[in-house]
Amino acid sequence: MPTDYAFPDSAAKTANAIEAPEFQTEKMSLSMGPSHPSTHGVLRLQLELDGEIVTGCDPVLGYLHRGDEKIAENMTYNQFVPYTDRLDYLAPLANNVAYACAVERLAKLEVPERCQAIRVICSEMARVSAHLLGLGAYGIDVGAWAIFLYTFTEREKLYKLFEELTGARFTTSYTRIGGVARDVPEGWVEKVDAFCDQFLPILENILNLLTRNKIFIDRTQGVGVISKADALAYGLTGPNLRGSGVPLDLRKDKPYSGYERYEFDVAIGAHGDCFDRYMVRGEEMRQSVRIIKQAIKSFPKGDWYAKDAVRIFAPRKDKVLTSMEELINNFMITTEGPQMPAGEVYFEAEVPKGALGFFIVSKGGGVPYRMKIRSPSFCNLSILPKVCQGNLVSDVVSILGSLDFVMGECDR
Amino acid sequence: MSSLAAAPATDLLAVLQARFPAAVARPSVDHPAFNLPMAEVPAALLLLRDEHGYDLLIDVTAVDWDVEARPRFSVVWHLLSSTAHGYVRLVADCVSDAEPTAPSVVSLWAGANWHERETFDLMGIQFTDHPDLRRILMWDGYPFHPLRKDFPLAGIETPLPDLEVADLTKASVLPAPMMGGPFVASSGEMNLTEAEPRAKDESWNERSAKPAVL
Repeated sequence: MPTDYAFPDSAAKTANAIEAPEFQTEKMSLSMGPSHPSTHGVLRLQLELDGEIVTGCDPVLGYLHRGDEKIAENMTYNQFVPYTDRLDYLAPLANNVAYACAVERLAKLEVPERCQAIRVICSEMARVSAHLLGLGAYGIDVGAWAIFLYTFTEREKLYKLFEELTGARFTTSYTRIGGVARDVPEGWVEKVDAFCDQFLPILENILNLLTRNKIFIDRTQGVGVISKADALAYGLTGPNLRGSGVPLDLRKDKPYSGYERYEFDVAIGAHGDCFDRYMVRGEEMRQSVRIIKQAIKSFPKGDWYAKDAVRIFAPRKDKVLTSMEELINNFMITTEGPQMPAGEVYFEAEVPKGALGFFIVSKGGGVPYRMKIRSPSFCNLSILPKVCQGNLVSDVVSILGSLDFVMGECDR
Repeated sequence: MSSLAAAPATDLLAVLQARFPAAVARPSVDHPAFNLPMAEVPAALLLLRDEHGYDLLIDVTAVDWDVEARPRFSVVWHLLSSTAHGYVRLVADCVSDAEPTAPSVVSLWAGANWHERETFDLMGIQFTDHPDLRRILMWDGYPFHPLRKDFPLAGIETPLPDLEVADLTKASVLPAPMMGGPFVASSGEMNLTEAEPRAKDESWNERSAKPAVL
């Protein structure tokens, strides 16, 4: 049977060889999802199958489209913060930070070092939490149930810390434009430090269950190979791009929120297969812990909001109730929104899934004129039609898990 | 790629103007940004990619400058250099306001495919020579482009995507109830009644009826 693609792994090659011409019949169309455990949400893949081999794949998106960009054009900058939680809902804190940094670029606000350090700790905790979930779910996808139980135990500890910091486990809405909602509670930083200390050996245990596991290696190594050129052509970012050997990490290369002060390594893969992407995420968790430890060690004293943010932040409640000017200010910020200069700004942050970008067009006033959200999952998924071709159906599950996407962010 | 350093804004302008005399700098808060005539965009993107190291097409999107604005639509491209780590923004106005079109760059970056489908879906920009210009977030056959400024926030009553189901259930996709906000006051308004915070998009609320089909 002549094909225009190479079979990426030996299993697919064998399956193709077995399918002798006398068994060839017509191609089958199979709808995988939108409710399928391995599509991690509501992604539907319209597969075209030749026996067990995928000959075509057409992802169908939009089941979780809520029109976030349209909504953003109709509310003030402050009101949009909770909506950012619901983009990548596995790492809401990282999205909060990305959005706050984007609007601060527009407002030309500099936040103090303490605020930056809090944001870095939050982002990295969110990264660890998101990768733990991604790893656990990936384990289930390829038949390693136990991983999920271990990673969720660790994630639960992180969620307790999130709750103590923000008041919410899931939808944190913690950052404000020009700062964060409140300072860290007393003793919280020490608790994070203690979590990191106990987490590192557990992380090694979890990774050891997979890294040399024969079944896991068979299901991931050499499967779903993405070349460096393809990764760049399809606009992949984050661990998926680095898994293909491109050392692009915005924390290192376009530092924001004081990332330049911390020492960490950027992990890259050599082959660009599912196993490399798993290894990159594993190493990223170690590096995240390293960053958190440094941030805690040099945790600066001082304010957790920018002094110039008085025109954005609602004033303190006790001031609002006693001082005329603060009362007026509070009223204006709540009703008209924080007044921003006109201009166009594009900011990207390195969130767990890749580069989350906000393109804001402001005509002045308290409401963005246009806000485009560039979601990493959307771009990462666009390579699926290419990378699934020639693989077995069971490998599609493995590839999906290794791309580690979130539909809330993909569909917006 | 011959020169890998991301050139500063003024140099890039000179580089672009040498090949495309119509290129002008565009006001921007952060990254170098340029206005170009629509037809020259693919060649300019190719120049930036192959000779200046901007190898990642980060984003393609469009802006609707309002129903009355002329030109009404602009398409925006963002590039990032994976080696020199600089961004550049190219903006081009659509020639036609009624049927906005833009050249597709799928042949330069395969990843442009979905970005252009999304821009077509939500903003209604036709990308010429796109291999597969279908809707991506809304369903096939959806009649509107929701990110256009004349599309109300609440949405517009639309038949269900599956006509068989629609026939059977007599149901349709309804606009969202907007009585819960989001509420924003118009800035600079001195009349207290008018200054009261209300939903910014009032195409359907307690004061005015549901919008009919556009």
